[in-house]
Parts: sequence; structure tokens; C-alpha cells
Amino acid sequence: MADDFHDIAVIVNGKEYRRRVESRLLLSDFLRHDLLLAGTHVGCEHGVCGACTIILDDAAVRSCLTLAVQADGHSVMTVEGLADSPDEFHPLQHAMRECHGVQCGFCTPGILMSMKAFLNDVPSVDEARIREALSGNLCRCTGYQHIVDAVRMAVERMRSQAE
Amino acid sequence: MTTRYFGAPVRRNEDAKLLSGRALFVDDVELPGMLHAAFLRSNVAHARVRSIEVSAAMARPGVVAVYTAEDLGDYWRPGPLLVPPPPIAGITFNPRTQVPLAKDKIRHVGEPLAVVLAQSRYLAEDALADIVVELDPLPAVVDLEQALSESSATVHDDVSKNIAARVRQSRGDYGSARIRADHVIARRFLYDHGASSPIETRGVVANWDGRANQLTVWDTTQAPVFLRNGLAGMLGLSERQVRVIAPFVGGGFGPKIMLFYPEEVIIPWASMRHNRPIKWIEDRLEHFFATTQERGQTHDAEIALGADGRILGVKDVFLHDTGAYNPYGLTVPINSQCTLLGPYVIPNYDSTFTAVFTNKPIVTPYRGAGRQHGVFVIERLLDIAAEELKIDRAEIRRRNFIPPEAFPYNNEIIYQDFTALSYDSGNYEPILDKALELIGYKDFIANEQPRLRAEGRHVGIGIACYVEGTGIGPYEGAKVQVQANGKVNVATGIGTQGQGHFTVFAQIAADQLGVAVTDIDVVTGDTDQFYWGAGTFASRGAVVAGNAVNEAAKALRHKVLRLAAEHFECAEEDLEINEGGVSIVGIPGKTIKLGELALKANPMRGAVRPGTEPGLESTQYFGPPSGATASGVHAVIIAIDPDTFALEVLKYVVVHDCGTIINPLILAGQIHGGVAQGIGNAFYEQLVFDSDGQLLNASLADYLLPSALEVPRIEIAHTVTPSPLNPLGIKGAGEAGAIPVGPLFAQAIEDALGLPDRKIELLEIPLSPNRLFELTTRTL
Repeated sequence: MADDFHDIAVIVNGKEYRRRVESRLLLSDFLRHDLLLAGTHVGCEHGVCGACTIILDDAAVRSCLTLAVQADGHSVMTVEGLADSPDEFHPLQHAMRECHGVQCGFCTPGILMSMKAFLNDVPSVDEARIREALSGNLCRCTGYQHIVDAVRMAVERMRSQAE
Repeated sequence: MTTRYFGAPVRRNEDAKLLSGRALFVDDVELPGMLHAAFLRSNVAHARVRSIEVSAAMARPGVVAVYTAEDLGDYWRPGPLLVPPPPIAGITFNPRTQVPLAKDKIRHVGEPLAVVLAQSRYLAEDALADIVVELDPLPAVVDLEQALSESSATVHDDVSKNIAARVRQSRGDYGSARIRADHVIARRFLYDHGASSPIETRGVVANWDGRANQLTVWDTTQAPVFLRNGLAGMLGLSERQVRVIAPFVGGGFGPKIMLFYPEEVIIPWASMRHNRPIKWIEDRLEHFFATTQERGQTHDAEIALGADGRILGVKDVFLHDTGAYNPYGLTVPINSQCTLLGPYVIPNYDSTFTAVFTNKPIVTPYRGAGRQHGVFVIERLLDIAAEELKIDRAEIRRRNFIPPEAFPYNNEIIYQDFTALSYDSGNYEPILDKALELIGYKDFIANEQPRLRAEGRHVGIGIACYVEGTGIGPYEGAKVQVQANGKVNVATGIGTQGQGHFTVFAQIAADQLGVAVTDIDVVTGDTDQFYWGAGTFASRGAVVAGNAVNEAAKALRHKVLRLAAEHFECAEEDLEINEGGVSIVGIPGKTIKLGELALKANPMRGAVRPGTEPGLESTQYFGPPSGATASGVHAVIIAIDPDTFALEVLKYVVVHDCGTIINPLILAGQIHGGVAQGIGNAFYEQLVFDSDGQLLNASLADYLLPSALEVPRIEIAHTVTPSPLNPLGIKGAGEAGAIPVGPLFAQAIEDALGLPDRKIELLEIPLSPNRLFELTTRTL
């Protein structure tokens, strides 16, 4: 098992990485410790808390339940690639700050990526739909209310930007 | 002084980093040559260790070392007693503290037996499977009452009947109050609190630099200064050789104040031994056993009342599960004992608790820290009394409130901070009134509930009161320093786990120094940046460190003005501080920037006058004489399905008094999060142990943290009764949201299901759909 390695090529945040990885290496560990993109956090490693959520092609997935080799030939977006540039905020990031949707910030990257994918699919949302979409991400600090407020604010902003 | 920032909903300084993935958490520390540790943990709760064979693990490629207790030599010793018992006469206290690696005996599932160091965590975990452990199992001590019987096995061989502590505190004479009483109500209550479950588990990275003789430890601790001091002592180093950094920490809620966890003892030691950095990150399964938790108490409580519903006295005898060790002393059960008194006049009180060792993970404070247990008992007793005496539930509380003119109000027993349990200030009736108004109490009972019931809906209302002891000593300090670039640096010794310290401390300093909040850089939890302090616990960060920041910023303001007056050759009274500089009032253009003053305060030539200090900085300390008591009322309207017992919160109101408010947005966040944890505790979360001491639901798929679907929108209002115990008038708010949710839910569910008419009482927390089914069908 220890010498079961594969060569993979993955595009992460628009940049291509070629690496040799062990077949059992989790995508979360690959991103965090091989590519040093530590913004993706790991909270449970059994797919419940959602902190490690990233976007694989167009879908929000748990990077702790995905192997690095499964990302071979695919495109990944992490929190580091959410904004257009390091000096800018994505509307979701902006709204999370405005609405105080962040406390310890550990679950935050996963929430941002889940909501990014959610808003790609669903341009118009009410609170009930936001809460349902958020329910795959656990936050132990905020009680979710300010996060829900932030997602609503981001939706408004994205809509007005689109117009 | 203008208060541009204090009291305003200032957006947080720390968010830019946290939102873009640039904040440093412990697992983000990457160092060249780093080894990774994994711990072999016991899979039984109680056993004698016969042998541990590690040679196969050692032989596995990639493994660098495997250690057991024997390898630690003299370094192996039980941890310190963190909190000695308070000065209460006649107490029994048997301290038994955790060990770094189990040597002769296993006392709970998950207790570590060996550690593997390897090139990667994957390889280290592989090697755990190669270690052969022979154990002689012993009967597990699980049930509290059985633990106290003569025939029980003992968790510690030299502690008979598993008695960790026994403490009696009383005021007045309950016996004679009971004789005078018109009503005496006695019940048995069970309150079980769970695991704090921060989304970031614990972690330690240690790096011994052999050339500098310097140890750096990154740790998810809430108490970096104590960790540094303790590590220095254990490792034979001076404090200056150890730097502990608590970087961004992903939630704490209490258990991260506990030290020294075995991993905190082993990883730095191993780093020194190998002269290499070593990382250990707890996984979620480990977290359920290796991180401390809170659990159950059984209360046999009795309340004596007059015919008018006034409380004459309360007697309470309770058992407290302290787990396998009790390094945190008596803090949790003392909090239960004290907080039971709540906002009420209880002239006669007789409370005795017995803390019991069990073969379960260690119990130390988790948000609320035992307060929930006490509040549940008194609030439920009042509900039952209201029902029996046919007094409205809100009214019976109102009648018993401590009146505003009675403060400071001395309860005549000893609190967790070793001082008398004295409430510094409070005004409870306006809080209740506001909560009743916001929840629409009268209208709900008179109109809404009958209307909805007629539609076949089971809706109920609940109202619960509480006080919260916050902001206890001993002290915290802060250094505030103007940098040459005009930015201001604030350093304090406490750690931060999401409370917004980078912003609220900046707000306090910004108003004193006339700079923008965004120009203030706050550093917390780095012992090389600030040497002294106690830690983040007991809702004390804003109160104690906040006031230290205020004192330091005030002193620095005086220095700035003095220096500017010298520069302009004018009187200090003619100067004003604002916009990052000092100006002469009324003379446009006569301004000097703070950064320029900072340079002038550290001149290359000339003489610094005797009695003055170079640099534009000040370090000050603040220690309150005792804790500030916050208070509040929660009210809720729920609907419950009588067949599935699925629960829906229709409206949730919190009215809260934590004195002066620094930042209402951050305060709201604290309360929302507390309520969410309270809801989890009340209806979703329970640590389920079997009779062998095995935790049956050690995953987040089985231990149910509330999601966005279970936590409702929460409406918050405030009243403000400033604390006289600190210049800013603030009281802590960290635990307020979590404390009264259990009795609130029990009361509202009883109301919704019409249980009082069926003579069914909900005397335990947590509830759940399953448990409600059992409790309500058993007596049908």
C-alpha cells in the first residue's frame, strides 16, 4: 500500500498542479499539506461538518470524503480562489463581514464554498431555502442567523451586479 | 473623550483573514522536517495494563519512535491541580489528575497508552495497529449512585466509594423555613450537558530549536500563559525559553482551557528529544474521548413556599459526574450550586453535592460550566409551584426577584472565584417585562394559543430567568503601543476563539487614542508578545482584558498628550487627539501624527529625562475584586407534533443585561451561538454511554449538533445596568445564551402538549423526540 502512488494533474483556483500522490491521500490533505492551501479546513473527516467543502468542477463536495486521485483531470476551487483577486472580496465574503457571519472562522471556508455552489444553481432564494442549503455545514459559534442574513445580502448584491 | 467606536456595531478587523483562508490555525503550521504523532488509545473504560509491545510498530518504515509511559522516566507525572478547592468549611476533596500516558491502569475509553512519531500522520496511524496491548479488564464505574455503593469498583484504588468531593453550603435555616411553609415541593431532576464540539478539534505543534535553546509551541489552548509556565516547569526550562502561541483557534467553549492534556505534555518533550518539529492534530473520534466534556448531575431538590408563592427556602442534594479525573477542581458543581439561586431571594438555602469519579472522560467547564444544571432545578421548581399554587409562571418569578434596591446582594455562600457570591448590580423586572412584551405573552395565552389549539396545533410558551457570574479575576494585562507608521498595536495575554477580541479591544483603544479601529492591530495569545495573564474563560475576556486595554490606552493617551505638548510648547489642555494625530485646538495645520510622536519618543541623540520612559507605549493591568453578574430572560413559543414529537420553534426572544455594551453586533453573535448550543443541549445532543463505559455515539452523524434548520431566528433586546466593578461598566456575555434553554424547552413542551393536565412533568434534559415518546406514553 505504501508504494501505491499515482501521478495526478489538478487545476486548483485556475492554476495547474502536477504531483505524485499516494492513492489513499485525502483531497483535503492534498490541498492543505501538499499544495499549502490551508484555507480549506478539516473538522470531522467523516463528511458531516462540511468545513472541508470545496468546489470540484461545479459541485460542492466534501474534500475529506474525496481522494486526491479522484481530482485528477478536474478543476477545484477553494476559499483562496473565491475572490477575483487577493485584494477583493466575493459578495459572499463581503456580506459575511457586514452581517457578522464569522466568529471563530473555522467553518467559514466550507460555508462560503457551499453557498457559492448553491447560489450558482439557485439565483433567487428565501430564508427557508438558504437554511436548507446551509444545513450541510455545521457552525458551533454563530447560531447561523447572521450567516443566513449574509447569504441574503450576497444574493441581493449579486443580483444588482448582474443587472 | 469621544466614543466613536465604543457601543457601535463595528465590523470585525479579523474577518478579512478568516474569510480568505489566510488566518493561521494550529494545523496550518508547516515546518521543515516535521514529524507527525498519533496516539494509541484504550478501547476499554477500566482495566489494568499488563503489557504494551511496540517493537513491530517501531520496525514499520517511516516510524521514527514509539513511546509508552515507561519511556518518559521522571517526566511521567500526574498533571497539576488547576483549581484548588474554594475555602469552604468541612469539605471533602480528593484530587486525582490525569497522566500523560497510562502506566498501570486505564480509567476511561480513549486514555492514551502510547504515541507513535512518524514521517506522516498516515504512517503513524498505520503503526498504531502494530502495537500489542494486553489488558485485564475491570468492571466499569458508570452509574453515579452505583459508584457510591460499597460494592462498586473504584476508579482510583485509594479513593473509596469513588467520592471525588463532598461540599455543603448553606445560608439561613432551611429546616425551620420548611416548617413555616404552606407548600413544599420535592422532585428529582436529571440534567446532562454534553460535548462542546468546536468545529476545530485540539492540536499541538512543538518546535525545539536546539541552537537557540528555544521551544515554540502552537496550541489550541484558551490559556497560553499558563501553558507556557507549566511547560517550562515540566521541561526544566525557564519561562523565557518557551513561547506558546494560540493562533486563531476554531472555537473553544471551555474544554480548551483545560491543561495539561496528555498531548500537550508529550509533543513538546518529544520535540526536544528529537530536535525536530512535531505535529499532533486530534481527529473527531479522538475528540469525543480525549477532550474534556460536561455531563450529568442528579438533583434531589425541594422548595418551600408561602401561600403567596414567595420562596422561603430551597434544599438540594446532588451528585455530579466528574469523570475519571478532576483536574479542574470543583468549578462545575460549585457553579451549579451557586447559580441555582438565580435572580431570586432565597433566604434559606441548604445545598450539598457529591462529585463522583466514573470511568468516563474528564469533566471540566463547557460554556455555562454547571450553571445550566442549577438553573434547570430552580426554574422547574418554580414552574411546578406555579402550577400547584395556580399562579402565573411569569408572576411567580416576578414575586421572587431580588429588588433593585437590594444590590449589591450577598447570597452568603462562596463562588468559584473564592469570593462571596455577591451580585454587584441588577434590575430584573424590566428584563422580564420586556421579554413578556416581545414574546406577546398575554396575547398568546389569551388568544393565540386557544385559537391554534382549536385548529389542532400543539403550541406552547416558555419563559425562564437566570443570572450569570462573569468576568472573574484574578487579572489580565495589556500593552498598547504606537508604531512609527502610526498604527497602534494592542497585545494581551488571553487567547481568542472567535469572540471578536481583535475588534472590541481595538474599539476600546481607538476611542482613547483617536485612531480608526482598522489602524489598531490586536495580538492575543502569543506569550512573547504579552508575558502575563490567566486566560479566556468564565465570560471574562471583554470584562477583564477589555478594562486592561482601556487602562493602558488611557495611560498612553496621557503620554501622547505630554509629548505633543512638549513638541508644540503648549499646554496639554490646548491639544486634542483625533484622526491619528494631535492638534492644537483652533489652529489649523498645527498637527503632529502619532507615528512622528512615536519616533520622537525614541530619539537617537539627546537625553531621556529621568523618570520618563522611551517609546510611546503603556502596559497596564486590571483585576476586578469579584465577578460581575449579568442576567437575562429567554422566552419561546414552540409547536410540537404530538405523534412524532418533532419540534418547531416559532418565536425566540432573549432579553439580556450585560451592563455597558461594547459592540451590539458581536454581542448578538455571542447570544445567538449560545442559544444554539442551548438548543442542542435541550433537545438534540446527548453523550450515550453504555454500562461498560463505552460512548455509543462518538461521531457527528450520531451526536447531533444543531444545524441551520434547528436553530430559529432569535430576537434580542437589552437592558443596561452597568457593573460598578470596572470602569467600563461591562459584564460578560459569553455564556448567557446557553444557560436557560433547558428549562425553557421543558416548560414550553409541557405547555404545548398539555402535560400538566395529564400530571406528566419533564424533569430531565436532554429531551428528544424518542425520550418525549417514552415519557408521555408510559403514564397513559
